[in-house]
Amino acid sequence: MDKKVSKLSILTKGIIKENPVLVLLLGTCPTLATTSSAINGVGMGISATAVLICSNIVISLLRKIIPDKVRIPCYIVVIAGFVTVVQLLLQAFVPSLYASLGLFIPLIVVNCIILGRAEMFASKNNPFDSALDGIGMGLGFTLALGVMGLIREFIGCGTAFDIPIQTFLPGMGIFNLAPGGFFVFGILVAFVNYVTKGKALKGKSFGCEGCAMAAMCGGARKEKECEKGAEA
Amino acid sequence: MSIIAIMMSVILVNNYVLSQFLGICPFLGVSKKLDAAAGMGFAVIFVMVLATAATWPIMQVLDHFGIGYLQTVVFILVIAALVQLVEMILKRYIPALHKSLGVYLPLITTNCAVLGVCISNIDSGYGYFTSICNSIGAGIGFLLAMVLFAGVRSKLENEEGVPMAFRGVPLTLITAAMLSLGFMGFSGLFQ
Repeated sequence: MDKKVSKLSILTKGIIKENPVLVLLLGTCPTLATTSSAINGVGMGISATAVLICSNIVISLLRKIIPDKVRIPCYIVVIAGFVTVVQLLLQAFVPSLYASLGLFIPLIVVNCIILGRAEMFASKNNPFDSALDGIGMGLGFTLALGVMGLIREFIGCGTAFDIPIQTFLPGMGIFNLAPGGFFVFGILVAFVNYVTKGKALKGKSFGCEGCAMAAMCGGARKEKECEKGAEA
Repeated sequence: MSIIAIMMSVILVNNYVLSQFLGICPFLGVSKKLDAAAGMGFAVIFVMVLATAATWPIMQVLDHFGIGYLQTVVFILVIAALVQLVEMILKRYIPALHKSLGVYLPLITTNCAVLGVCISNIDSGYGYFTSICNSIGAGIGFLLAMVLFAGVRSKLENEEGVPMAFRGVPLTLITAAMLSLGFMGFSGLFQ
């Protein structure tokens, strides 16, 4: 019984409690870039989820074979392989989404959520748990991107998933452009902050802590070390 | 399009950070201090140019053998290996440069701006020289955004008047939105 609960919590923690985008503040680039409409956001979320689940499973299976010293390059190769698969699938079956996500599909490789989960979870847990973690984190990512895309699309063009919703206000095009991305993301993070009374994000900042590169970065194994290095 | 126009466009109009959302993590993470931001910016220029110089010929080889779909896998490996190699070389032979850029080098191995500029050079069909210039421009644009943002953030250190929920990360993001709004003024500068 106890074990079942923990399995469920592995699955669900990524969705709300440890939402990779809004709480862990990972993967900001695709979050900002692909949420100009809800469909793009969800498309990006699903693509990244597919890569995340597959790479989590494979990395977890290989976790005893991969030598510790070269593990990051190994993870990157695995992830890049799956990204290529997703890229080819999208190109073949949903060319319109492929065109609108463009550059950001190959850039799933350097999405810190995927490398981060490989390093933090898949390399330490069995394939089944890793798959659950991948599903949970992926859903959280998709959810956050969908919500953000929905807000930006609604304010920007008055539509939701390309269906016209309101016509009485002119669309504020700025929300579909770059500044709107930063702004809506800021407001959403502030909302999470407000709801959790600042607990979820306490002491969190962008950069070194959550950065998947922390393991590779010079002496950054210890927390905050690379920030120190950057300031020195 | 002439080289100058390509460079100016990528520095101001299509700024990698503020309008294309590439390299957001270092932009938000390392922009607290002005000198750190500048160091990061220079390191990014350096790595972008090197990575482009290395990946452009490799793409020709891949295309020659008809395996262009391996682009993503090959590029990321080449960039990672290259950065490690450059770091070692700098450490051994130019310690002064290593001291100022070295700490940032491993950080930007998987910076999406670096992979992004390599891929977009190929996608735009630029020649070798144009690609290098485009990378220099993208790097300068990154440096410009970093330095400007660090300047603004240093003025925002005192958060007393800010509502609780907006302190920290949300404030940073909204500041970035304002800066990005400013950069939108450049749109239309080049067709």
